[in-house]
Amino acid sequence: MLANFLSVESLFYLAGLVAVIASFKVVTGKNTVHALLYLVVSLLAVAVCFYLMGAPFAAGLEVIVYAGAILVLFVFAVMMFGLTTDETKYAPQSKGLSFWVGPIILAMTLLAELLWVIDNAQLQQQLTANVVSAKQVGMLLYGPYLLAVEIASFLLLAGLLAGYHYAKPESRGTHL
Amino acid sequence: MTEIPLEHVLFLSCILFSIGFVGVISRKNTLFMLMSLEVMLNAVGVAFIGAGSAWRQADGQVMFILILTLAAAEVAVGLALFIRMQRRYRSLDIDELNEMRG
Repeated sequence: MLANFLSVESLFYLAGLVAVIASFKVVTGKNTVHALLYLVVSLLAVAVCFYLMGAPFAAGLEVIVYAGAILVLFVFAVMMFGLTTDETKYAPQSKGLSFWVGPIILAMTLLAELLWVIDNAQLQQQLTANVVSAKQVGMLLYGPYLLAVEIASFLLLAGLLAGYHYAKPESRGTHL
Repeated sequence: MTEIPLEHVLFLSCILFSIGFVGVISRKNTLFMLMSLEVMLNAVGVAFIGAGSAWRQADGQVMFILILTLAAAEVAVGLALFIRMQRRYRSLDIDELNEMRG
């Protein structure tokens, strides 16, 4: 009966619910670092959704690039801002570990889902039946979409140059 | 085997996009606006992956990878601009920028 209840669909809805809750907490959050924690959970939940939709390659990219690289960028920027001066003033004082509880519960839900899917042979069979593999994606990416890949590389180069230029210490007498 | 219906995927995508949009509109802290933008881009990615898996085509994942590079470049430029803004105005409030003159 539990196997009927926990089908691929209901697991997807659960992960989507986690993503919605975490996104809501991101938007309504007071403290920047807490909102970042919830943003990580939201991205991980979306990655689980991708996995259940039959796109494991996209799920891996989501975890590595979004939750790995972009969020680290956010955390480093927040550390540079020194937000003790203007942001945490309005937040309630830290109540021990209580602000961990929300993200931990959501992340544990996702972990339990993933373990359940990996452990269940029937679900695995269903998932591998309609998977779009990384090989197909790569063949498409470096075939018909080659021009888009080149443009994306230019975009990343422009992002690199702009990041370097704007974050450079401001010299005297010059403006933006 | 019942697949996940495309309508439900698009519904989830709509909800996430709306949450991010409300965040961009209503927050004053620019850092939170950038995070809400991330949520919005993520919602678009959900829509693309859902459509791609509904038709068993890899195009959706290709589009998702392009969105990923876009988000990376956007976050890099945005955070660099916020660092500059924090240095100049000592604040991340978007209302500080309302007296921009050319």
